[in-house]
Amino acid sequence: MASSEEDGTNGGASEASEEKEATGRRRRLGFLATAWLTFYNIAMTAGWLVLAIAMVRFYMEKGTHRGLYKSIQKTLKFFQTFALLEIVHCLIGIVPTSVLVTGVQVSSRIFMVWLVTHSIKPVQNEESVVLFLVSWTVTEITRYSFYTFSLLDHLPYFIKWARYNFFIILYPVGVAGELLTIYAALPYVKKTGMFSIRLPNKYNVSFDYYYFLLITMASYIPLFPQLYFHMLRQRRKVLHGEVIIEKDD
Amino acid sequence: MKHYEVEILDAKTREKLCFLDKVEPQATIAEIKNLFTKTHPQWYPARQSLRLDPKGRSLKDEDVLQKLPVGTTATLYFRDLGAQISWVTVFLTEYAGPLFIYLLFYFRVPFIYGHKYDFTSSRHSVVHLACICHSFHYVKRLLETLFVHRFSHGTMPLRNIFKNCTYYWGFAAWMAYYINHPLYTPPTYGAQQVKLALAIFVICQLGNFSIHMALRDLRPAGSKTRKIPYPTKNPFTWLFLLVSCPNYTYEVGSWIGFAIMTQCLPVALFSLVGFTQMTIWAKGKHRSYLKEFRDYPPLRMPIVPFLL
Repeated sequence: MASSEEDGTNGGASEASEEKEATGRRRRLGFLATAWLTFYNIAMTAGWLVLAIAMVRFYMEKGTHRGLYKSIQKTLKFFQTFALLEIVHCLIGIVPTSVLVTGVQVSSRIFMVWLVTHSIKPVQNEESVVLFLVSWTVTEITRYSFYTFSLLDHLPYFIKWARYNFFIILYPVGVAGELLTIYAALPYVKKTGMFSIRLPNKYNVSFDYYYFLLITMASYIPLFPQLYFHMLRQRRKVLHGEVIIEKDD
Repeated sequence: MKHYEVEILDAKTREKLCFLDKVEPQATIAEIKNLFTKTHPQWYPARQSLRLDPKGRSLKDEDVLQKLPVGTTATLYFRDLGAQISWVTVFLTEYAGPLFIYLLFYFRVPFIYGHKYDFTSSRHSVVHLACICHSFHYVKRLLETLFVHRFSHGTMPLRNIFKNCTYYWGFAAWMAYYINHPLYTPPTYGAQQVKLALAIFVICQLGNFSIHMALRDLRPAGSKTRKIPYPTKNPFTWLFLLVSCPNYTYEVGSWIGFAIMTQCLPVALFSLVGFTQMTIWAKGKHRSYLKEFRDYPPLRMPIVPFLL
């Protein structure tokens, strides 16, 4: 689920690292790791800012969302794909998040960008695309600047506030955008049979992308509430210092 | 003889749950768990985790009160492990499923394939062979669960049965669907490929069984002792020279054999997922062997000789 990142404001770094930052227990990172992560987070903040500005300019000039995706698609694909590095960051341990969580989060974004909007051209002009693009953009700018400032040990309260409050709206909006976009893609996928393998074939396997998309949509139902409520709990802990006793480990 | 007093507190809330006085010094944790159950019957012993420190490890059932670093008034912290289910029950359920499910597809029970195929039989001999192999594999597992394995733990959390059954039953259905499909394509290299695959499968099944027997013989009935396993007279156990968990090695081998036999991608994927999980387990087991035994043979790798 692309916008349903574990920390709710879309994307990689963990609740674990947030907790550590929030309670002031920071891991000792080497100089090289800190320098690289700072560069990475500044670059990503800049990238998503560029995307945001490009989207606003397009709309101001053209007055319509039609063609907006096409105009920003190269930048979007570049920066969203670059986020795969976040999995590597977890693997080598410079970011204290679970590889699995980050993997799922980044994969869902990659899925949306490459396997839906890139591959299914007819959906590119749907309004729902703008919905999730706006959600992702605001979320990522907040998230990456949060990490940047944290790494520089100078986190303005506003950024922390934004990261733990914006998701309340952005998260459902992003999910809605994604689901509507996938839904809009269904007829085209069914008609063309794209990305599908039929029997008989020598590896005795079949795959129906249409049903895969349906299952993906269904998976939002259990996943979205879990991630959303998790973020709400994180918010209470970080912003209001509430001590929350978990039901079980 | 000095009696102990034991107070049991909730590990999370520190609430006093139980106070036991006049506890024998030689009482075991198991006995204390039984006493605790009397005052809190909903927490049967299998779901109790008692520890000296709220965040520490669980004490073992065999630990003796007197030998613990406690004064004559011992404070133990309790954590509820959640509803528990016995390992035997889980194994039997998770293995019976694939056995039964595969046969539903093999016999082409209605509503799976088109109506004209109901209760028909595949014309490919490899499909019949595959059914025999798959069924044999799970019958073997069921019998081993009943008669061979000696489990260290009696129970596991209840939610595991849902997780495990989804995995085994799901994959069994997915594989069986394609192998028994009317449009199934037999292996590219024909009878040669099937013969080779069958040989791999049989050797690995025998190997896996030999390891299970060897591990059983390491541990006397009813005990929980742990010893380093060594090769025996049975040549299949000589793999112990190279790996800590040859049972997993043979298991992966069996499934690779089955994948080659059926030339079915879902089977290959199942083997891959299984291999990943077994590698994690093997590495864990290997690490505990190394920690527990100073003289552990250095040549051994966890699951793949020389490599992994």
